[in-house]
This record gives sequence, C-alpha cells and structure tokens, in this order.
Amino acid sequence: MTTQRVLRLAINGQPVEVPSPPERILLDLLREDLNLTGTKRGCDLGTCGCCTVLLDGRPTLSCLTLAMLAEGKAITTIEGISSGTELHPVQKAFVQHGATQCGFCTPGFVLSAVALLRDHPQPSREEVVDAISGNLCRCTGYTKIVEAILATRSEGTH
Amino acid sequence: MASTRQGEFRLLGGAIPYIEGPLKVSGRSEYTDDIKRPGMLVGKLLRAPWPHARLVRVDTTKARAMPGVFAVLTGEKYPTPFGVLPITKDETAIAVDKSRYIGDIVAAVAAQDELTAERAMAAIEIEVEPLPEYADPRVGRERVDVPIHEKGLNHSNIQKEVVQHFGDVDAAFRGAAATVRVRASFAGVTHAFTEPQCTVAEATPDGRLTVWSSTQVPHYLHRSLSEVLGIPMHRIRVVKPEVGGGFGGKSDPLPHEIACAALALETGRPVKILFDRDEVFYTNHGRHPTYNDVRIAADADGHLLGYDIEAIIEGGAWSSFGTVTTYYNGVMAMGPYRLPSFRYKGQRVFTNRPPSGAMRAHGGTNIRYSVEVGLDELAEKLQLDPFDLRSRNALPPNSTTINEFRVTSTSFLKCLEAVRERSGWADKWRRLPFGHGVGLGCGFYISGSNSPIHFTPKMPQCTVHLKADMDGGITVHCMQADIGQGSNTLLAAIVAEVLGVSLDRIHVSPVDSDVTPVDIGSYSSRVTFMMGNAARKAAEGLRDRLIDATHQLTGYPREAIRVGTERYEVEHRPEIGATYMEALHQAMQATGALQSTGAYTSPPVGGTFKGARAGTAPAYSFAAYVAQVSVDEETGVYDVEKIWAAFDCGRPLNRLAVEGQIQGSIHMGLGQFMGESMDYRGTRLMNPALLDYKIIMPHQMPEVECLLVGADDPEGPFGAKEAGEGPLVATLPAVANALYDAVGVRFYDLPVTPDRVLKGLDRRRAESRAWKDH
Repeated sequence: MTTQRVLRLAINGQPVEVPSPPERILLDLLREDLNLTGTKRGCDLGTCGCCTVLLDGRPTLSCLTLAMLAEGKAITTIEGISSGTELHPVQKAFVQHGATQCGFCTPGFVLSAVALLRDHPQPSREEVVDAISGNLCRCTGYTKIVEAILATRSEGTH
Repeated sequence: MASTRQGEFRLLGGAIPYIEGPLKVSGRSEYTDDIKRPGMLVGKLLRAPWPHARLVRVDTTKARAMPGVFAVLTGEKYPTPFGVLPITKDETAIAVDKSRYIGDIVAAVAAQDELTAERAMAAIEIEVEPLPEYADPRVGRERVDVPIHEKGLNHSNIQKEVVQHFGDVDAAFRGAAATVRVRASFAGVTHAFTEPQCTVAEATPDGRLTVWSSTQVPHYLHRSLSEVLGIPMHRIRVVKPEVGGGFGGKSDPLPHEIACAALALETGRPVKILFDRDEVFYTNHGRHPTYNDVRIAADADGHLLGYDIEAIIEGGAWSSFGTVTTYYNGVMAMGPYRLPSFRYKGQRVFTNRPPSGAMRAHGGTNIRYSVEVGLDELAEKLQLDPFDLRSRNALPPNSTTINEFRVTSTSFLKCLEAVRERSGWADKWRRLPFGHGVGLGCGFYISGSNSPIHFTPKMPQCTVHLKADMDGGITVHCMQADIGQGSNTLLAAIVAEVLGVSLDRIHVSPVDSDVTPVDIGSYSSRVTFMMGNAARKAAEGLRDRLIDATHQLTGYPREAIRVGTERYEVEHRPEIGATYMEALHQAMQATGALQSTGAYTSPPVGGTFKGARAGTAPAYSFAAYVAQVSVDEETGVYDVEKIWAAFDCGRPLNRLAVEGQIQGSIHMGLGQFMGESMDYRGTRLMNPALLDYKIIMPHQMPEVECLLVGADDPEGPFGAKEAGEGPLVATLPAVANALYDAVGVRFYDLPVTPDRVLKGLDRRRAESRAWKDH
C-alpha cells in the first residue's frame, strides 16, 4: 500500500483537497478523482496534447505531471474557461469557425489558445502556429483552428 | 404539395456551425471513457508478444485466484468468428488455438483497478509453439507449410485474389502511341485518431446487455455482439457516445468490444476497456501496405486506351474489409476518365502483422497515386499539358464505365478549369525556378457504397424517424454515426430546412439501438447522401401534415400553402397562414405527437459479373488539385506551400463541414505522402506511438483554397454528394507531380521523406540530367 497524502490544490479558482498517493498523475486525479472529464486522455505519453491544462496560466501536459507538483499553483482545466454557460471568446470562435470536428483534441487547443492570447493579445499567424504545436488534431488540418484563434485576436479588446 | 425549392435555402448551402460545438469546446461532450458506471471494473487485454504461435497451454489459475480479479477469459469461451464482411469472418474476440501477430489478444482480465489487472495478466502462464512468421506480402503467395489462416487460397497466405478484364488491354497496348509504367510502393499508414478506442459494457439481471463504444458503425457492432455472444439482438443495446475520430479505424466490429461485453457477462459488473496508445497502433485496421504496378496506354492525341494494373496489398493478420479493398485497388482507377480497356490482378496477402482495413479513401488512395503520377509522365511523353491530357479524357456526365459503374453527375471538367485558373498554372508549370514547382492530381471516389455489407433482412440503408411534440421541438432519431464529420448538424439542418423552423427546435437523439432506427454507419462516405435523403423524406412527411393542418385552419387549398419561416402561409398572400406552432397543435389534435419516417435505399446499379458490386455507388465525387512546393536541395526538406482544391461534392450543404473535410483530408493525405509510416522490423511494429508515427504538424500544413464547383447531383439530397473521403486522394499525386516540376525527380516509394528526396536528387545528378533548362 502506498501512503496517501492530502493534496491541497487550487482548481478553477476553488480550493480542493484530494487524498492521493505520491505517484498520482494530475490527469488521473482530474478525470478519476474529481470527474473533470473535459481534460482528455489521448496517449498518456505527452505526445498528443489532449490533456493540456494551465498551471499558473502555462499550458502543461497533465499526463506527465505529478499531481503533488501542482500544489501551490493555479490549475485551470477546460471546465474553468467558460463562465457558467457563457463561452469564452476563444470557445465561441472555435464554434463559429468549425474549429472542432470530433472535439477530442479541442479542450487542449482551447487552453493553449487562451494562454497564448493572455500573454500575446495580438499574435501573428506564426505565433499561433507555435502556440498550438504541442497539440495534435487529426480532423481539421489545423486550418480552422488557426483561423478561429486569429479571429479571436481581431475581435479582441481593440 | 409544395416542394422544397432548390436554390432558395435558408440554411443549407451556408456555413452552419456544428450543433454540438458548444459542448465540445467546453469539455462537456461525453466520450466513452467519460462514462462511469457504479461498481465498474477495469478490463485489460493480454496481447501476444509472438508473431505467430500455437497456444499450447494458457493457464489462468493463478490470475483468477488473485484478490481483486473478477474474471479472466481466454478464447475458447466465445470462439465464434466474426468480421465486418459476412463472407470473411475470421476474427475472434480472444485468440483461439493460435495467435497471429504481435498484439493479438490472448486473454482478457476484469479487475478492481488497473494495477490489479496488470498483475493478473502477468500471472497468466502461457506455453506456445512458435510457427513460421510472414512479414512480407510478396512472400507466402504460394503454398506454405503453415498458412496464417486455413482458408488461404491453395494453402497459401493469399486471402483474396481478384482478376478482372474489360475490353482488350493487349490490343490497346499494341496500338498505343505512348505507354508509361509506374511501379510504386506504399508504407502502411494508420488513422491516428486522438481518442483511443474505449468500450464500456454492462449486463443486467433483466437479461439485457448494454455496450457503449467508440464505434463509427454501431449497427455492425450490434450484429457481431449478438452472433459471438449468442444473445438475440433485441436484448443488446448499443450506444455510441461522442467519438473522437474514426477515419475507418472504428468501422470494423473490433475484438476488444466483444471481449469487454464478455467480461461484463462473466462478472455481472460494468467493465471498461480503454486502449493504451500502443494498443491503438497494434489494432490498426489502417491503409494496406501496397505494391502496385500500373501500365497506361494512350494514342498520339493523348486519348487513354487502357490500364493494366497489378497490386499486392498486405492484409496483416485478419480479413477485415480486405475483400472490398482488393477490388477497390483496381476499380478505383475507373474514374474520372473514360477508359476503353482495363485489366486488373489484385492479391491481398495475410502477414503476421497488425491487420489492415478501411482508412479514409479506402482502396482508392494508392492506386490513384500511381495512375495520376503515370498520367503526368504520359503528358510529358506526348508533350501535352497535364490539364489537357485529363480534360481530353474526362468521363462525361450520365455515362457508364467499362466495368458498368453508373456515373450520373460529374463536374470534373469544371474542377479542372477552376483549379487551373486559380492556381495560376499557366505562369507556373515548368516556369518556376529550380526547387519550386506545381503539380496536378485528380480524384474520384464513391459517394456511398451502393450495397450494404449485410443485406439480410432486406431493408433500407438508412431510416430516419422524427417526433414533433406539443413543446414545438422536433427529435430526430437515426443511427448514423457522427464521429466529428458534422452529420448530426446536417441531419438537423435538413429537417429544419424542409420544415421552415429554426435550428434550435431540432434535437438529434444520441445513437442508441433501443431508440434510433438503423443506419449502417459512417463508412464509404455514405452518410450525407443516404441519411440526407432519408431525413429529407421524413421531414417532408411531417411538413405535409403541417400543410394539411394549415389548410384546415385557413380554408385555403393545400397546393396554395408554402413553407415560410416558422410559418405556413398562402402563396402570394403571406399574411394568411398559421405559425408553425399553430399548425403543429392543429395537426396534433387527433394523434398527439406527430411522427414521420423517411428511408433511403440505393438504386439498382452495376453489372452482374462476379465482383460487379464493388465500387458501385449512387453517385461519385470528383477532384482536381494543384499543389505548389519548394524543395531545399541541401537537406531534402520540402515545403508544400499551397494546395488549390477543386472538389465536386455536388451542392455543398454545409460549407464549414465541406471545407473542414477537405482540409482534414489534405492533412491526412499529406501525412501519408510526407512521413507517416507503420515501420516494421520483420513482424514487429517499431513505432506504436504518436512521437514516432509522425502526423502533419501545424507548421507543415499548407494554405488550402477550396473551390467547390459541383453542380447538383440528380439523386443526392438537395443535390449533394460526399466530401468525406474523396478529398484525400488527389492530394498525394498533386504533391508528387509538383516535386517533379520542382526538381525533376519522380518518387515511387511512399512516404517521400527528406532522405528519399536527397537520394532522388543524387540519382538525378549522377545521370547528369538538367532540369528546367528547356
């Protein structure tokens, strides 16, 4: 039996206490312990980006992150992006531009885009492409994803 | 009765955002792995590490005795073979007597958690007798000592052989002014969808079995579960949650789905099997590794006289869709050109490697590559512009191919014209500096396989039920499987269009065999055409009831009443009429909620010879693409800068979805051309991971300009044809021909990786040939 320790995490702005063994992976904790199933499991190897979450605003692969290392950091999952039933502008743009087909990669892309736009409100196309290069999509050819993110830029605060 | 007016659509033809988009972008959509059932166990599959082995002893005693282990199953409990094609059922849920590839399932475990399941698998004792292994489809085509399957042709590993001859090919080649020959090889590629396969199964004391699965063909899964488990179909409920991509890889009923259900029956507890990513690769069912040899004959004016084709395709360990694939590797060469003679010999050969199956543009991709590269060579020999060669040979509308395909609508010539102009071909082809080039590639694909795979009982390929109740909502029931292509949205939009109501009134029911009438699934690019027609008929039935009701309310004759926006009104006097809700409530007085049914059965087309059904379809899509590339001579790295994609999908009903399908198809086609490869050392797959199996990254994706030039198809719903698979095939030859224009090298072995480009450039230098100096 591995020893459990209570992890004190801040997820989507709420403090959460989860008893966990030290080897608990953040993705498993989110999906299995907290039922935050918007974070997707695509490969468990850090290769697909479907499990992307934000740690202190930075896109992070939750399948490669020990949950205990997220203590003291602000964890944002896809469930924390929209405000109630009101979608975030990035999410709205994804819907409007058809940037989601099967949708399995979408939460990861949305989080990567949200992080980019927060740091760089007016990214170039190259910056957008760089920002999503850790996320795989097999449906869209990325075209409409890039368009959606660029549209969010131009519809932003300017 | 008023008919739906072509060309005056409120919704169709525009850009319709996917109706489930808001759920998907917020992580609210439920995929199979998001399902949790009370008391659910973890199912794991023990996979063979041997390429080909007789299972002498499989002892599960120790594993069963472990605490937390609820069941350990081996093959003999459910030995009934199954398979997607009724004529080639050769898969089992769990290997019986022998295992056939590294990754084959030899036991299944249900345990309280993953770690316990893993430990139980490690405790299973297996004794095997190794058998000869076969890694190359070119080997094993003669009698072998131990064939992979007993039913192989003449005790060999040939699963299927097709020989077809139409017209007189030998005479065509004797009389030809020019001939070309392309011998090409294609590495296997796989679907690489982002959602690993997942199945949840639950058997309940009322004698029912429920299976949730990431499948694109819930109906064939339903049939296979019943056959293998011996439970009547009506006691099995198949539910398709959201599916994270399929591309053909989730169209076979798969062994793990049946094994999961078997574990649920064994334990009485819900069981979930979720694949690790390497299991996704081992399960494969992707595009067949292929060797083909294509000879093309033409007269001095460039009129095609005949094709002579041979293909060897690697089936891997199972039959899967292979019989169809074997035919397709020949007959998918039948368009988009008129062809007076055709000969084909195709062999599908079993190997001890992961099974091949159906993958987007199934059976058409590799043969079209060789034909289209061959036509580029032929044009050069005849000193013709590649466009002129193709337009000279275009199949005319309403024609019959030499193997008796009925072709109705084709806008292939319009595709050629549009892409020639938009790409600036005249200023670029053979005119760009060394290292830069443009190339043309063309495509043709079925808009839905004309024959259902299972034809008993005789029934339509798609049925749609509608229910309109007093709340004003309309629920659509249909087992069509939206796996991301947007078929739910199209279904809703067609119903809303015909009834004149807003899209938010339409609720598309989740796919659930207890509720949704049979549609035979998302494969062969059939859904828009078949579901679209069925949905239209169902909606028209409901609309007629509402027109009746409006007639009762207004006293105006039915013929004078037309569908407005949320209103049914009198032609030329729109102030007289009824709102949709008034008409609905009037119509409901006698029966309560209204129901309507629509169905689609494909027309009787095609010849009567053996194999004549393969490749028949109610319509065909056409494509002409131009790719522009630049090549770095030092590194062999090349950049596909832009693709102009002219596509004939008839009338595009949802531009967002059609563009998305074209862009996604180009992504997948480029992946196969530029780098994707199932790499083997003998029978061992070396790269079962997304790190090593390289799909196209965002920075590699070219700009894509979609040119949707199709004319209405006479039988398609509102004139539409497919756009899901056909857009892939033209991609590969367009890039290959562009590379030739850029550097003067032909590439016959895919994928065309930078090292192969460098080797090609070296060859060219060794031959001291100049390029573009003319």
